[in-house]
Amino acid sequence: MTAFIIRRLLQAALVVFLMSVIVFFGVNVIGDPVDMLISPDADQAEIARTIQALGLDRPIGEQYLHFLKGVATGDFGKSFIFGEPALKLILHHMPATVELALVSLLMAILLGIPLGLYAGLYPDRKVSKGIIAGSILGFSLPTFWVGLMLIMLFAVVLGWLPSTGRGDTAVFLGIESSLWTRDGLSHLFLPALNLALTNISLVIRLTRAGVREAMHQDYIKFARAKGLSESRVVSVHLMKNILIPIVTVLGLEFGGLLAFSVVTESIFAWPGMGKLLIDSLLQLDRPVVVAYLMIIVLFFVVINLVVDILYSVLDPRVRLKDQGA
Amino acid sequence: MTYRLTIGAVLASAMLASPAWSEELTIGLGSEATAIDPHFHNLGPNNALARHIFDRLILQNELQQLEPGLAVSWEPVDDLTWEFKLREGVKFHDGSDFTADDVVCTWDRAPNVPNSPSSFATYTKGKTAVKIDDYTVHFKTEAPYPLMANDVSTVTIVSDEVGCEATTAEYNDGTAAVGTGPFKFVSYKPGDAIVVERNEDYWGEKPIWTSVTFKPIKSAPARVAALLAGDVDVIAAVPTTDVATLEKNEDVSLSQGASNRVIYLHLDHDRSDSPFVKANGGGAIENPLQKLEVRKAISMAINRDAIVDRVMEGIAIKAGQLLPDGFFGVSDKLEPVEYDPEGARALLAGAGYPDGFELTIHGPNDRYINDAKIAEAIGQMLSRVGIKTQVETMPRSVYFGRASKGGPNDTPEFSFILVGWGAGSGEASSPLKSLIGTHNPDKGWGSSNRGRYSNAEFDALLDTALSTVDDAERQALLAQATEMAIEDVAIIPTHYQVNTWGTRKGLNYVARTDEYTLAIGVGKE
Repeated sequence: MTAFIIRRLLQAALVVFLMSVIVFFGVNVIGDPVDMLISPDADQAEIARTIQALGLDRPIGEQYLHFLKGVATGDFGKSFIFGEPALKLILHHMPATVELALVSLLMAILLGIPLGLYAGLYPDRKVSKGIIAGSILGFSLPTFWVGLMLIMLFAVVLGWLPSTGRGDTAVFLGIESSLWTRDGLSHLFLPALNLALTNISLVIRLTRAGVREAMHQDYIKFARAKGLSESRVVSVHLMKNILIPIVTVLGLEFGGLLAFSVVTESIFAWPGMGKLLIDSLLQLDRPVVVAYLMIIVLFFVVINLVVDILYSVLDPRVRLKDQGA
Repeated sequence: MTYRLTIGAVLASAMLASPAWSEELTIGLGSEATAIDPHFHNLGPNNALARHIFDRLILQNELQQLEPGLAVSWEPVDDLTWEFKLREGVKFHDGSDFTADDVVCTWDRAPNVPNSPSSFATYTKGKTAVKIDDYTVHFKTEAPYPLMANDVSTVTIVSDEVGCEATTAEYNDGTAAVGTGPFKFVSYKPGDAIVVERNEDYWGEKPIWTSVTFKPIKSAPARVAALLAGDVDVIAAVPTTDVATLEKNEDVSLSQGASNRVIYLHLDHDRSDSPFVKANGGGAIENPLQKLEVRKAISMAINRDAIVDRVMEGIAIKAGQLLPDGFFGVSDKLEPVEYDPEGARALLAGAGYPDGFELTIHGPNDRYINDAKIAEAIGQMLSRVGIKTQVETMPRSVYFGRASKGGPNDTPEFSFILVGWGAGSGEASSPLKSLIGTHNPDKGWGSSNRGRYSNAEFDALLDTALSTVDDAERQALLAQATEMAIEDVAIIPTHYQVNTWGTRKGLNYVARTDEYTLAIGVGKE
């Protein structure tokens, strides 16, 4: 298992390196950040001076080498826009995104699995059909629109929840988070729900499909024949077997939630990493974009690793070998 | 009907339930300052934020007219020296006195902040600040410089004791964010909120708000929703599409005002073989945009009323020059060109293009209000008089680089472009110099002259204007230069942007031409 993990990490290093090359050169091709950042009043000499001060006058290859040297010492460069180290900026925005993604994942599990189970166990009931119809809506409605509707309904019309921003934070167990305050949670609810909607639907459908398939398997029939109670059949024999695809998908989705909750963060003005990424991309803040995507690649690798390890826990038949994964 | 009543009742009870106007104010901004450090980035949102915590020697009022700030008077004492008398008895938030030392060290710091993506060197260069006594400063230049007051009005004064040596990070964490302004720094969470509280010892008129929170809400519909939900009291940059609905809403009031930003078209005056101008059918053609009749025809083919009424939903002002009425140096003779498609066709025929030609208009799609829609409208209007126009819009991150230097040898790439210009200095010389003055890096002129217009007579006139210290004389010269440029159709102005702020009922905002959103501009009715 150790060899497996080491090999995975080596692969990760290679992917991160390739990613940095693609993004670094790619962002450079789009345009010159100075054209957008500089005051229009600046004359040509001032523009040239700024380009030089940001190191953008040197050949792109040289800039990349300079960047690599920095990375070796943990320095990802300074944001063109904020003048602060890119890594610091990203880490600063990370807690807000992590709490949003965690709550949204929790919502997906707590709502998705029970609803999916119900729809799978009692497929002919009207409620089940309603759940499935709802999940189709959850899939197909664009997050952007749903987010605005949630704001209109809960914030503007009903006035129950705040429409925008992150709430008060507090420190608990050494972690500063808005999860620990009432105000924080009330701010968190709408964006988390908006972000979770697709995943709730996804989990409902996966669970339902898994249940429908497994119910006809021999081991379920055997368990029933043994006279086990229905609740034990469902919670032990059925659940264990349908969880594998759900864990895989949720793992990948969690990475997606962390990395690309751009739309939700923008609508709810949530001060997280996704909003930082989109702002940086629009303004060609290359150091932040490159550092961000390198970190995200690492995230995904780690999440996949965790998912693989979870497999072997859930299903003893799965062994952690080099499966060419 | 019942439904609407219910909503009304809910809203009304929500309004009643909330406590009577506390003195706290929350403002939803459309764009976020990139730092608390007032010299880090010369950018509208940063400069607006700085106006709360800091002061300038000369302040620009809502119409960008100059008013005494930390300086009580300023005048040239000889051709190369301006004397500024400073306000006495002003204290920084940490209790230290404001003196000439603060001005001198600010002048050294402002152009030299490390990693600054847009520094204040544009305004400070060529001027040396010299302390004469504690409350007198001389600014010396190497040539007569009439725009001294305008340039000085852009630079924020920081404290000699804590501000001048501080890094941008020390400003952002608050340790160096010590100014003389109407508000004191409380906290800064990037992307989340900036909080300031009233400076009880402010030298000027004290703000009515004890505490102000700025929240960046970049998504326009979300900003409007936040206002409707009562999460913020004021929002900046209300989108034109929502103005009509909000006007009918009883719980919201809107404030509107012309901005200093003109939207205009730049044409390729320079290349006889321009890449995006083609003969009918796509063959090469000698650049028709170099002919005055063609430029006039294009201007006449544009229906500015339609742009203002339809595309901008009435929230814009037709433009005939570079700045709206009321600014220093505008001409009172220039009117927006009348829409006259027949006249345009006749001019084109007279110039030898009875069947027109092919043209591509390039523009940004995320920079100015409704920019892509305006480009499309102009494309259709030109096609109607025979100039078959293709429209290509792109994100500003791509657009501006290509428009400025995308061609060979860093020349402008496009032939016909839609751009905007906001006059930060609040007078006409800034657009005249940058947009119409001959492109000349050594002189610093024409830095945004993406049409490479060049007219020796105009340059000479503007030169004279820029060295004329007498205000009335300079104003007349600038107006004359503007007339010369517009008559030669150096650029084609279409409209001035109008900015809209939204406030909760009971509040109002004094609209500003510089697009700043300032807490001191929010008043109670």
